[in-house]
Amino acid sequence: MRYFPHTAGDVESMLSVVGRHSLDELFSSIPPSCRLEDKLDLPDPMTEWELNDHMNALAAANTTSENGKLFIGAGSYDHFIPASVAALSGRSEFVTSYTPYQPEISQGTLQAIYEYQTLTARLLGLETANASMYDGASALAEGMLMALRLSKKRTIALSRLIHPHCQGVVRTYLAPTDCTIVELPCGTDGRTDLSPLKGRTDIAAVAVQSPNFFGVIEDLETIVGTAKGINALTVASFTEALAYGLLQPPGYFGADIACGEGQSMGIPRIFGGPALGMFASRMEYVRNMPGRLVGVTSDREGARGFVLTLSTREQHIRREKATSNICTNNSLCALIAAIYMASLGGTGLRRLAQLNRDKSEYLKSGLLSRGFRSVFTGQTFNEFVLEAPAGFSRTYRKLLERKIVAGLRMDRYYPDLKNHYLFCATERHSKADMDALLEEVNA
Amino acid sequence: MKEISELNLPDDIHYAEDHEWARWEDETIKIGIDDYAQDQLGDIVFVDLPQPGSRFEKGEEFGTVESVKAVSELYIPLSGEIVAINKDLEDSPELVNHDPYEDGWMIEIKPDDPREYEQLMDKRTYLEMLKGLE
Amino acid sequence: MTEIAGTTGLILNEPLLWEKGKEGREGYSMPRRDVPVVPLDFGAAESSPDIPDLSEIDVVRHYTRLSQWNFGVDTGMYPLGSCTMKYNPKTNERQASLEGFAGAHPLVPEHLNQGILRLLFELQGYLCEITGMDAATLQPAAGAQGELTGMLVIHAYYAAKGERRSKIIVPDTAHGTNPASAALCGFKAAPVASSADGLLTAEAVAALMDEETAGIMVTNPNTLGFFETNLPEIAEVVHAKGGVVYCDGANMNAVMGIVKMGRIGADIMHLNLHKTFSTPHGGGGPGAGPICVKAYLAPYLPEPRIIHDHGEYRLSEDFPQSIGRIHSFMGNVGVMIKAYSYIRTMGAEYLKRASELAVLNANYLKERLKGAYHLAYDRPCMHECVFSDRYQAVRKIKALDIAKALMDFGFHPPTIYFPLVVPGALMVEPTETESKEDIDRLISAFLAIAEQAEENPEQLLESPRKTKVRRLDETQAARKPCLAG
Repeated sequence: MRYFPHTAGDVESMLSVVGRHSLDELFSSIPPSCRLEDKLDLPDPMTEWELNDHMNALAAANTTSENGKLFIGAGSYDHFIPASVAALSGRSEFVTSYTPYQPEISQGTLQAIYEYQTLTARLLGLETANASMYDGASALAEGMLMALRLSKKRTIALSRLIHPHCQGVVRTYLAPTDCTIVELPCGTDGRTDLSPLKGRTDIAAVAVQSPNFFGVIEDLETIVGTAKGINALTVASFTEALAYGLLQPPGYFGADIACGEGQSMGIPRIFGGPALGMFASRMEYVRNMPGRLVGVTSDREGARGFVLTLSTREQHIRREKATSNICTNNSLCALIAAIYMASLGGTGLRRLAQLNRDKSEYLKSGLLSRGFRSVFTGQTFNEFVLEAPAGFSRTYRKLLERKIVAGLRMDRYYPDLKNHYLFCATERHSKADMDALLEEVNA
Repeated sequence: MKEISELNLPDDIHYAEDHEWARWEDETIKIGIDDYAQDQLGDIVFVDLPQPGSRFEKGEEFGTVESVKAVSELYIPLSGEIVAINKDLEDSPELVNHDPYEDGWMIEIKPDDPREYEQLMDKRTYLEMLKGLE
Repeated sequence: MTEIAGTTGLILNEPLLWEKGKEGREGYSMPRRDVPVVPLDFGAAESSPDIPDLSEIDVVRHYTRLSQWNFGVDTGMYPLGSCTMKYNPKTNERQASLEGFAGAHPLVPEHLNQGILRLLFELQGYLCEITGMDAATLQPAAGAQGELTGMLVIHAYYAAKGERRSKIIVPDTAHGTNPASAALCGFKAAPVASSADGLLTAEAVAALMDEETAGIMVTNPNTLGFFETNLPEIAEVVHAKGGVVYCDGANMNAVMGIVKMGRIGADIMHLNLHKTFSTPHGGGGPGAGPICVKAYLAPYLPEPRIIHDHGEYRLSEDFPQSIGRIHSFMGNVGVMIKAYSYIRTMGAEYLKRASELAVLNANYLKERLKGAYHLAYDRPCMHECVFSDRYQAVRKIKALDIAKALMDFGFHPPTIYFPLVVPGALMVEPTETESKEDIDRLISAFLAIAEQAEENPEQLLESPRKTKVRRLDETQAARKPCLAG
């Protein structure tokens, strides 16, 4: 077995140092009644050649934009990943290191995460960001827990237009607590209807997503104003981080916490994970913020260096009083996002975001001219919901047979939106791809 | 870390088992942590104190003090209402290390029952207790 | 001693990204514009985000230099106790980067992603076989989230029975994540001390276990590196009061193919794929913390679950008692592909051999070092052993100083100051992928440091000397936090 460096001689000489006669005897402290007598029932070991064939076959039985056409996003987006991003983030020294507890030999990870924190804070228009979280859903759940801690209230308001999976995770996290959730419905423009907040004083935080699950850009200015008016915090979430290449960031409007999914920043979709929970807030709340943090300091000779800091908030020290469930970050995904943002720069992010908007507008107008009906009036970024003409569901199924996914059916998530589909187009969808889809829809 | 003989333990204050000190200031009592506690904690990086106006029963946690790698709870040695907190600790938590009894004080309370002060240890009793911890 | 691995090389400085950017540079091949511009008339910012513009070579040099300041398993031995820093096979990386996996979207109809669903389904089965459990979820993104999921499952189990339990027993040797995860579900940790030989006893647990107590969270082998031999009796005590036995599988690397926790009393167990199953740690993540449960807890597992019927794999949300979702999608699938690839490479035979060699390496190291370093408990260990700085502390040399000195010898230090029950702990886990020669070199380094602590302790306080930076001022970082530039 190529992963074991031990020769038979090594094993023998090491056993003699330990004073045992066999490998089996090493386990004599385990009572015989606890020991397994039979062998594990697992498939036989494969050679690397066999494994490659096996995995190639499994991989080929999936649908990607290489063997199909996917016009869906809904929290997992198809963006081009430059070769440089994959090559740099794949470097062994980043990939095979642990959490940087020993800063003197982890400065690479630490500086990279410090830079990631900075770029994230700037992208979201806030003062500080953590070293990342598992995914957009857990970032939102942790954001709600943080708001509950800060406000000492026990009720939160959750927009129905937040990605349904993220809403689900928030509910799972809060289920064992005594917190209650007020649902904010959808208005006719496809934005969150804030009217249930009127007159309430018990709301800890108002959580929305922008662009929301329907792709519509929320009116963060009004949301923050309304939340302030009832002494609640604003938690601005997102699943398409690239939108902030073009949009005013949540911090600009005064949101207290911005948290969401950063998969768009150079991370493959890979069936939804690993992804990247981005999390930013105001400096005044930093001691209540969940997750790891990297800070600047200097070494004993005065050289600049980076360390994990404010770790007293974390589980290994504060145990049951920790501020979060997170004891690791998705460091490698944060690194990818930082490399991606650095490769595009602010200028490139804006250009790419505009291109995403334009691609989806092209697809939208094409569909509208082929019998689809617009339902929401709000402006969208790279996703949008349309009501399909009668008979489209048959076309949809036929397209699926050819690995063309013409949008996401919405009735699964919103039973009242029968025959509605959520479409997405990014820079990866050429005009030719979209024209081909429009042809199919016509037929 | 300091030997017991090296500790600075003033005579005119009283001590609690959890290493807080208390000192009369006319009508009120000032409270902080003593030289032993600050020495054990090492470099203090943050002190979390309650809002003035809040009330605590003797022995209740009124805040926390943090070093780089540890958090310690602060327990109030007498019941009472917080009338003031040391705002300087917000920006300069190191005052607790440098000057635990003067600039590094933490809270000032109006005690419910002044007799509780007498129930705390004097320097001699407290020293005996510390020797027992060795 | 042979030549020391740690030496100095040409280490290049590298400024922060925004110290080297210049507007107008680009490091990205912008796709051709083939559609007209449709400006946003609502919500758009006037200008680009404040992120520096760099050329491709700027970015490449920046991150290549940063990477060279890091120490990883591929650089050298990383005997970090409790973290199982074994070799991360390259073939696993190859498999996970196949476009058929990397490009798969989680929401397309299931029949279009049968390959990936089959892989996940089979992986669940392998993990159940290894742990002796009946059902599994792969959703939790890390060990801590696995624990949280486990606690949520236990909470839901009692809720379904109409019971509310308020406490959970947690040994004093536990990872800090245990009480934290329990607290999020409203369980107060009831600490139980381990006995003088570093083990839990059924008596100590019986004294705490009552109908208010949800059960026990036990790490087996425990963080002292010992197998909890009394687990079957402890489980009996807990089960008799209607409690649940949660097993933290962080140390599963010691007992693969040797013990099935499900057969000796555990009801629920999380695994760390990034420890036991060779997936890389990535500087802190992503990992994966799947949990495996006995059949009676399966109805509470997170949704969606993978179902296999009529030859097809599909996702089902038809589990009314489920705790709901714990992840945006199905968890860290990229990590699962690597763990799957590892298990298929190893099979039953080599997984067991991995555990045997991991235990051999740890016991060998323990025997060779125990004269020079104080051994917290002198008994045969599993895959890791815990020393302390007691002998060196006499010369004012602490665990931290020993750790820093090891860096100059070219080794990553062990875990220090954990478990908390051993003051000045040095927790060493060599893992099975280290050779006798490398372990001998580590031993020599430890011995040289012990000698230096006797003869020249001030020198040790100066270490490390060969690293990119010297010891860093953590107090300054925490007093005046600067978290963004």
